[in-house]
Amino acid sequence: MAEAPKVAVIRTGLANLASVLAGLRRAGAEPFVTENPADVQRTAYVVLPGVGAFGPAMEKLNGTGMADVLRERFEAGSPTLSVCLGLQLLHEASDENPGVAGLGIIPLSIRKFPDTVRIPQLGWNEVRPESSAAYLQNGFAYFANSYHAPAAAEGWTPAHTIYGVPFVSAIERGAWLACQFHPELSGDWGLQLLKNWLSLAPSRVIASELKQC
Amino acid sequence: MLTRRIIPCLDCRDGRVVKGVKFQGLRDAGDPPTLARAYELQGADELVLLDVSATPDGRATAVETVRKVREMLSIPLTVGGGVRSAENARKLLEAGADKVGVNTAAVENPQVIRDIADQFGSQCSVVALDAARRLDGDGWEVVVLSGKKRTGIDAIEWAAKVVEFGAGEILLTSWDRDGTRSGYDLQLLNAVSRVTNVPVIASGGAATPQHLLEALDAGADAVLAASIFHDGEYTVGTIKQFLSEKKVPIRP
Repeated sequence: MAEAPKVAVIRTGLANLASVLAGLRRAGAEPFVTENPADVQRTAYVVLPGVGAFGPAMEKLNGTGMADVLRERFEAGSPTLSVCLGLQLLHEASDENPGVAGLGIIPLSIRKFPDTVRIPQLGWNEVRPESSAAYLQNGFAYFANSYHAPAAAEGWTPAHTIYGVPFVSAIERGAWLACQFHPELSGDWGLQLLKNWLSLAPSRVIASELKQC
Repeated sequence: MLTRRIIPCLDCRDGRVVKGVKFQGLRDAGDPPTLARAYELQGADELVLLDVSATPDGRATAVETVRKVREMLSIPLTVGGGVRSAENARKLLEAGADKVGVNTAAVENPQVIRDIADQFGSQCSVVALDAARRLDGDGWEVVVLSGKKRTGIDAIEWAAKVVEFGAGEILLTSWDRDGTRSGYDLQLLNAVSRVTNVPVIASGGAATPQHLLEALDAGADAVLAASIFHDGEYTVGTIKQFLSEKKVPIRP
């Protein structure tokens, strides 16, 4: 039997890590929590979970040197999963903390949901990926967010969801997957997504590098 | 479209699920992780675990119960009961809660709501608002200490205030209806959901699928129930089937 893949889960805050770890274990991985950029450099799989606010999270990623290591992982195309705020942090900026620079891997901004809907969005909503998606399938996922990505950047394959406005509920590119929803809280559908990413991502690293050439 | 949530509630004491009317005459109702997993398989959208023990030993057991439930569960878990500080919340979140509910402590010191929201985000800060009709019948007041103490605080004004303090969700329990099987207090629900822009979970009084439908029609984003599920009279699945037929958006 193949050894369980090691997954470095970046500590960006305190909450919800137990759910992320339990979800990854159910998907057959061996996750560990780290604040050390060296772990994020050398571990095959990395998860950037998101909890809390955009500004403080960026402060932490910059302060620990994690931000640079994540950008390096993106250039190398190494398997990386971003969850919830994690997806937002990949962007340039957010309405949540104007003036704070995000990781800038995606040259777009994060917006707040309109006043016409209850905020935060809490609950299960329908995710519809484009047909070329490798990991994502149609289904219902659990969301807990007040901010959203209005559009997907070129080179990324999006899934869309509607909450007051249409928004990007997930994006994938090579071995990178970023979800606005919580796969670890999305029942069997979310578990399958984690398994898809764990099993397929290593074979998609090269494709990501080619795209960037 | 965002679907409405069906949320079974597990009242836990000393590592077991218990049930009773208004926390009186508690009876054993099962093993928390086993019941939690069963509800997920039935189609529950989320679970609430309420620690109804009142002792420090009980609180420590609750953290262990959360840990065991988390390993079994791949849907969201809200934990409440006896949370007095951001530090209490942190222990529960680290053990595997996704959201933490504060009740009595928030009434005594609303700053605790802000502390939890600041440290962990509004999306995991739930305020459990227990309300009862005023004795003169005019409006509702907040009750604390498991309904034992009336505070005189207007429940509707309090709902608006907790949102200002950073609550991301309100778990609204009608203390008049809890355990009575006579349906949710729809007027209370409607009044609270009108003054806030955060999701509201209706609780207290559900005995039939029709009661859940009424609450969702009255403005609830989610409905919580305990005995209706524990008694095995209905499963989450049969209730979701009923609500789907009534055109309520439900996760299949």
